[in-house]
Amino acid sequence: MSRNGFLPLGDRMSGGNPPGVPAFLSTAAAAVVALLRRVGLWGRGLVIAAPYLWLFLFFLVPFLIVFRISFSDAVIAQPPYSDIVQLLEDTDLEQWKLQITLNLSTYLRLLTDDLYIYAYLSSLKMAAVSTLLCLLLGYPMAYAIARAKPSMRGPLMMLIILPFWTSFLIRVYAWIGILKANGVLANMLGAVGLVDSNWELLYSDVAVYIGITYSYLPFMILPLYATLEKLDPVLLEAAADLGCKPWEAFLKVTLPLSLPGIVAGSLLVFIPAVGEFVIPELLGGPDTLMIGRVLWNEFFSNRDWPVASAVAIALLLFLVVPIMVFQYVQARQQDGEERR
Amino acid sequence: MATAQVIRNPARLEPWQDPKAVPYVRIEKVTKRFGDFVAVDDVSLSIYRNEFFALLGGSGSGKTTLLRMLAGFERPSEGRIFIDGVDMTEVPPYERPVNMMFQSYALFPHMSVEQNVAFGLKQDRMPAAQIRDRVAEMLALVQLDRFAKRRPHQLSGGQRQRVALARALVKRPKLLLLDEPLGALDKRLREKTQFELVNLQEKLGITFIVVTHDQEEAMTMSSRIAVMNQGYIVQTGTPTEVYEYPGSRFVAEFIGDVNMFEGRVVEDEPDHVLIRSDEAGCDLYINHGVPMPIGTQVSVAVRPEKVLLSKDPPPDGGGRNATRGIVREIAYLGDASIYIIQLHTGKTVRVTAPNVTRRVDMPLTWDDEVHLSWRPFAGVVLAQ
Ligand SMILES: Nc1ncnc2c1ncn2[C@@H]1O[C@H](COP(=O)(O)OP(=O)(O)OP(=O)(O)O)[C@@H](O)[C@H]1O
Ligand SMILES: [Mg+2]
Repeated sequence: MSRNGFLPLGDRMSGGNPPGVPAFLSTAAAAVVALLRRVGLWGRGLVIAAPYLWLFLFFLVPFLIVFRISFSDAVIAQPPYSDIVQLLEDTDLEQWKLQITLNLSTYLRLLTDDLYIYAYLSSLKMAAVSTLLCLLLGYPMAYAIARAKPSMRGPLMMLIILPFWTSFLIRVYAWIGILKANGVLANMLGAVGLVDSNWELLYSDVAVYIGITYSYLPFMILPLYATLEKLDPVLLEAAADLGCKPWEAFLKVTLPLSLPGIVAGSLLVFIPAVGEFVIPELLGGPDTLMIGRVLWNEFFSNRDWPVASAVAIALLLFLVVPIMVFQYVQARQQDGEERR
Repeated sequence: MATAQVIRNPARLEPWQDPKAVPYVRIEKVTKRFGDFVAVDDVSLSIYRNEFFALLGGSGSGKTTLLRMLAGFERPSEGRIFIDGVDMTEVPPYERPVNMMFQSYALFPHMSVEQNVAFGLKQDRMPAAQIRDRVAEMLALVQLDRFAKRRPHQLSGGQRQRVALARALVKRPKLLLLDEPLGALDKRLREKTQFELVNLQEKLGITFIVVTHDQEEAMTMSSRIAVMNQGYIVQTGTPTEVYEYPGSRFVAEFIGDVNMFEGRVVEDEPDHVLIRSDEAGCDLYINHGVPMPIGTQVSVAVRPEKVLLSKDPPPDGGGRNATRGIVREIAYLGDASIYIIQLHTGKTVRVTAPNVTRRVDMPLTWDDEVHLSWRPFAGVVLAQ
């Protein structure tokens, strides 16, 4: 492999032996390609396989690891959990046994210990409220952008996406400065005499709502905008023509037709918000209970990896349902568009 | 023209002839500008109750814009619109006694055919049972009963058009605006629906304003036609008036086929006018006077079906309204044939003649020398 180190792959595999490449190497490469072709993993198949491979490596494998840990015992060791699979040698009978021990008590604890149930419920509530806030704020914004002059839509969408150019963490920190005692907000409200300057929103559930709503608003606006922009304004004229006042036309035409956007946006906000850790950690109060925090504490403070894993698995199960709803709605929407 | 006009009740009045009649729709000096562009230019129209009024014009002539102003989707830049004596200029669409069928149909994609049609009735809080009956009746009329449960995207273009028609008709508005209502229908269904529309209109007493760029459709269905060009109304009249007495070259050429002869007025009496035309190769004699001085350059329009072809010279010649040429093309249409004839002056003339004999026995064929002639009433003098 001397001068030809950078020879394109295709050349190396084509026909004769390029100088400097050992014969067995090119034969092996050709065999591999032939094999991949045979199983349909070449060309288009390869492109389709790539994301599956990605998901397999970075989602399914970690998931299985976590799933396994959730059934083990917590031990003080490195790693801090027992192995659920053990190979036992029975010297008397000269037998080998593969023993799998599943510790179900962690899951039982999730169901019986109030802490976890509260944490889940509280997370769901916080995520749901934040999603609703995002929807209430995002819908008018998306609507206004979709109805703006076409030349203005690009710049306006740019403004929505612009915050992503700054680190998420820095933006959340910025909210600390705004919400803290003697912070920007307190001073502004203090100046008009509404509150005294020691008043603060920081370290409360309200601060977490503000943080989540602020951070996830673009995820609500983007799909909403996409559906609202496609909405043909002539449909609203037709509704008006048939006797609808503008708000009736909104309820009967715009709203139902933007439902896919509402569902998509809500799930895009709700799903990550349930497991949110950074925002409640930085902006929340000591009693802001969210499952992300519990998870973190189990992992890093208690070093109880099995419980932490079980919490993570349960969270996933919670979220699988809305994700499936999302998939279903999306598939139906695409189906409808294809036939249109 | 090959189309038959729908024969209307002869007792029908022609309210536009009656100076005491009150128009149902009055458009007064309406202009609509989009920026600098004038889409509708100083249009005034009076449309009477029960009329079937057609707006005819080429693409971009402002028909849709005028209709949208009647429906209330656009505000006139200038002028006023009255419906039933009420000034509608500022009234929002949902309060106008008007329904519109949109050129793009504008069906609600999230509703079934049935729900689309029922939409306006529900909006009026009509009892459910009554809505069901009305919708069923309407769907039967447009032959869509079998498709009641389908969504618009599951229909063909023509079916969608019929849903749009049903949705606009079902509320039985006083004034119905139709933007190209029959464009996507096949010929059979189109003719059937044309009759259906006219019947419905006479039965329900709805005033129709129909936009079309299909002149046959306008001729067939309407009581009167307004011909639009570049935002102006060029001429308003009954189909016969517009066809037989076009007021301008544009109208003559837009509606039906026409032969144009350029010429110069040489004799102008109260009962006739004589025009010398080098193009025609003869003097054109027309049996009415024109308010134009001797020497004025004019065009004379002669419809193809008014020209007679013969192998022998016409009897009462005198060199007027008679010329000669050679048959260049024959298009056989079954009931009639179109002859393209090159005059000796070089001008080509189009002539249609009914096929009174079988094709094989036809007296004229390619490259025959023929005489062309027409009667004194056939020509229409048009200023240039
Ligand atoms: N909203 C608008 N903004 C700018 N120009 C417009 C607008 N609506 C219509 N126009 C212009 O006004 C002119 C008349 O349009 P209109 O839709 O009334 O034509 P039309 O007679 O209905 O034509 P067609 O037979 O093709 O439907 C066109 O040149 C069109 O480009
Ligand atoms: Mg139009």
